Amino acid sequence: MTTRIDRRFARLKEENRPALVTYFMGGDPDYDTALSIMKALPEAGSDVIELGMPFSDPMADGPAIQAAGLRALKGGQTLSKTLQMARDFRTGDDDTPIVMMGYYNPIYIYGVERFLRDAKEAGIDGLIIVDLPPEMDSELCVPALRAGINFIRLATPTTDEKRLPTVLTNTSGFVYYVSMTGVTGSALPDTSKVAGAVARIKAHTDLPVCVGFGVKTARQAKAIGEAADGVVVGTAIVAAIAQCYDAKGEKVADPAEAVATLVRGLADGVREARLAVA
Amino acid sequence: MNKPAEPNSFRRGPDEAGMFGIFGGRFVAETLMPLILDLEQHWNAAKQDPAFRAELDHLGKHYTGRPSPLYFAERLTEHLGGAKIYFKREDLNHTGSHKINNCLGQILLARRMGKTRIIAETGAGQHGVASATVAARFGLPCVVYMGATDVERQKPNVFRMHLLGAEVKPVSAGHGTLKDAMNEALRDWVTNVEDTYYLIGTAAGPHPYPEMVRDLQSVIGTEARAQILELEGRLPDAIVAAVGGGSNAIGLFHPFLDDRQVAIHGVEAGGHGLDGVEHCASMTAGQPGVLHGNRTYLLQNEDGQILDGHSISAGLDYPGVGPEHSWLKDSGRVTYSPILDQEALEAFQLTTRIEGIIPALESAHAIAHAIKLAPTMGRDQIMIVNFSGRGDKDVHTVGKMLGMEI
Repeated sequence: MTTRIDRRFARLKEENRPALVTYFMGGDPDYDTALSIMKALPEAGSDVIELGMPFSDPMADGPAIQAAGLRALKGGQTLSKTLQMARDFRTGDDDTPIVMMGYYNPIYIYGVERFLRDAKEAGIDGLIIVDLPPEMDSELCVPALRAGINFIRLATPTTDEKRLPTVLTNTSGFVYYVSMTGVTGSALPDTSKVAGAVARIKAHTDLPVCVGFGVKTARQAKAIGEAADGVVVGTAIVAAIAQCYDAKGEKVADPAEAVATLVRGLADGVREARLAVA
Repeated sequence: MNKPAEPNSFRRGPDEAGMFGIFGGRFVAETLMPLILDLEQHWNAAKQDPAFRAELDHLGKHYTGRPSPLYFAERLTEHLGGAKIYFKREDLNHTGSHKINNCLGQILLARRMGKTRIIAETGAGQHGVASATVAARFGLPCVVYMGATDVERQKPNVFRMHLLGAEVKPVSAGHGTLKDAMNEALRDWVTNVEDTYYLIGTAAGPHPYPEMVRDLQSVIGTEARAQILELEGRLPDAIVAAVGGGSNAIGLFHPFLDDRQVAIHGVEAGGHGLDGVEHCASMTAGQPGVLHGNRTYLLQNEDGQILDGHSISAGLDYPGVGPEHSWLKDSGRVTYSPILDQEALEAFQLTTRIEGIIPALESAHAIAHAIKLAPTMGRDQIMIVNFSGRGDKDVHTVGKMLGMEI
């Protein structure tokens, strides 16, 4: 099985550069604005899109992404609408991989089989579900793989040598290394430690390893890009969207343009990095 | 939902994966997974270690004041004219509720694991106080996450935690209640994985918490069972407890689960009534979902977003419930019913007036259900109600409800 994710990483390997993986929250602050942001991402230099699914209780997220999820829910976003957003995006872009990221309960309530069928049809390539560790693989991971959708696992600093093989079993698409313990958007750790961690994971898998949590600037993106196959940026993008609105919620700048400007800078940083030797 | 085949014993759960049927499990971020596996290993070792057991029993006796009395509520019984009502007096424990039973066990475990910092979530503040208490007793720093709404309505407990040296962090997300406090505690834990022990206060969360908290609270039911046999020479006909997350209830229920002649009643917070969303009756009005590390009955909308719920009692103000209760509901072994804010308030006043004991609003829910049940039972029948906590902390809330300034 190859997916858009596999094909994209294969192409980037030929180009000898790491991927820029960008996260935004589906429906933040409303459907149309979020769709315009999503459509602006590839041209600005995003190689893989992470489409956030809002959840009322985002236990692993920091304040920025918590607020984004609440804005999206307030704006009427639902899992059905997030799938629709992917469909709408696909009418103009059939190449850029889309990974849906969020928590399990909305999918469980939607119905796992129905969700996988609709996600596949909507052009979703992968899933990152924060609260489904390998111990719960029978819930969604195994059915997703059967449906031809990648299940991307998080590896963390607490994932030791003994546990890594467990985490990597059934992982596909890429491995998302969370470079620190903590919630999303926390401070960036020592990048030299990141290189060591990526090497440790690569000793166990041929999958690309992308690194996230805390990357905010082009310089950081370059530093991480030198050590990994991809750089994930989320909180910085979500914060840029939030800054387009004043305290009363009035729009003071164009969110799609603000995100595009940020992503262009990050993409320049990533492109300066050379792909780490696997 | 189809009713599962009745098991040979209701006391064997959870299985190795932490499941009670379809409920329970380990729905946590990968960062926490190694910690939870480590916790499970240490818990399994500790519960088989006679030294751990001995230290816990010693503290239970000399620090908490166990066994708690099984008190015959003579005037309430006369007033209702039905079954004999006994109160299991967990309100007489040190710190004023059943919460201390769990906290002592878990802090001993935290010490065994070499952890140096304690975090906890709290709703009514009873678990926060109990956590701060054991942290003070063992000299460990303690941070308690508490919803901003609850900080406001449970001021005496907030002050007690401060006196005990704990740091209380108000959480303003959501409605600022227990659910939000638990989210924030999990965020702290995911950040401070090396040194921090998360002392969960109820029989919920990822495996092994539901099992561990149940085992530590089962002292309530084990004592009550022996006490009623001694006092009455037989088992009760019914036992009743309030269910928020459900730790006092599972603690009373578990030792009785295989005594099929004992009817078991769990009481949920019916708030302003089950027609709207102003209640916390997750089992009566919710559906199974995944939150805070386990699958269980939850109040949620059709998109799987969790609702905030409402209860007059901060300790019951939680949109979920421990997974073993969900399993006991579906298996039919335990009957769960809602009690309205107003009914709890009336039970609170009645108990205070005719028994001279001020119950916590959580316990008042259980008593309110007993008030409904007792007259339907014969005078020769026996009921045990878990009097899970004392009501001093609630006098401000009750005063406000009754239109009095304190």
